[in-house]
Amino acid sequence: MTDLMPIWEVFVRPRNGLAHKHVGSLHAGDEELALQAARDVYTRRNEGNSIWVVRSEHIAASDPDRAAENFQPSADKVYRHPTFYSVPDGVENL
Amino acid sequence: MGCAAFARALLELADDHLILGHRLSECCGHAPILEEDLAMPNLALDLIGRARELYSRAGEVEGLGRSEDEFAYLRSEREFLNCLLVERPNRDFAHIMLRQFYFSNFMELYWLRAADSRDATVRGAAAKSVNEMKYHIRHSGEWIVRLGDGTGESARRAAEAVGELQFYIDELFIPSASAEICFETGLLPDRRSMREEWDQRVERVFTMAKLDFPEPVPALTGGRTGRHDECLGHLLAEMQHLQRVYPGAEW
Repeated sequence: MTDLMPIWEVFVRPRNGLAHKHVGSLHAGDEELALQAARDVYTRRNEGNSIWVVRSEHIAASDPDRAAENFQPSADKVYRHPTFYSVPDGVENL
Repeated sequence: MGCAAFARALLELADDHLILGHRLSECCGHAPILEEDLAMPNLALDLIGRARELYSRAGEVEGLGRSEDEFAYLRSEREFLNCLLVERPNRDFAHIMLRQFYFSNFMELYWLRAADSRDATVRGAAAKSVNEMKYHIRHSGEWIVRLGDGTGESARRAAEAVGELQFYIDELFIPSASAEICFETGLLPDRRSMREEWDQRVERVFTMAKLDFPEPVPALTGGRTGRHDECLGHLLAEMQHLQRVYPGAEW
């Protein structure tokens, strides 16, 4: 079963201009069936207009044991957030 | 006469959709995998939605005040006019997918031709159905290829389904007397005209699936005059149970 039906991660784009977002996973035999299953499982309520599927085993993930060395160094660098200037009046969409 | 024939032909079409939709809904909770357990009721809901629209129109045309619920729940076996293919039992997954593949290929061709019907409801149903049928064809067709060209067991089951369902193909293409009148008056397309293209489509997928295209066999017919297989009675007993036991129940 697992060999014939590997796990796929599903990404759906809610509408044009937005990014594909991870929505879940499913089992399927190949790309085409994975796309169809994703359509049936994750877009039944009009959630999107585009689907990506990718074999879970093809995703490289960061090591949770290295979370501290990966992410803590950025925790105290507030100056990296662009919040130290005021936005002039009349500027929209910033 | 024109109205009676149109109402009857609409009922034939609506019954095809309701009975196949109900057959698929029986799979809910029983599919081989969860993904397919959502896919099959999705297909069922497309068909049942279309059946509702067609029953409503049949009721209007008939002019006797019958509602879609009365058509679905208060007619007996002999009053159902669906073709025999759609009532075939869910023997296994190969049967279910092949039945779907045959029916949706027929219906896509049918709705494409119905786009210029004189009846606005038929034109509306046609416009919506074409996309639904395209997906039904894709879903069932991809499975036919994978079952036919899959494992030894899946190939055997797919071939058995072809052997068993071949008797029910021809009936799709035979117009009833009512359907014939509707064709002549520009209300519904000619069922016969779909055959060549249907054969080509099925043959193309069967080649990919390494399945033998069914040889011509004597057709089993009778659905359009209410003569059904025993299995339809069992289906109706379940589908109509609530309305039969609690007449007029609403929720």
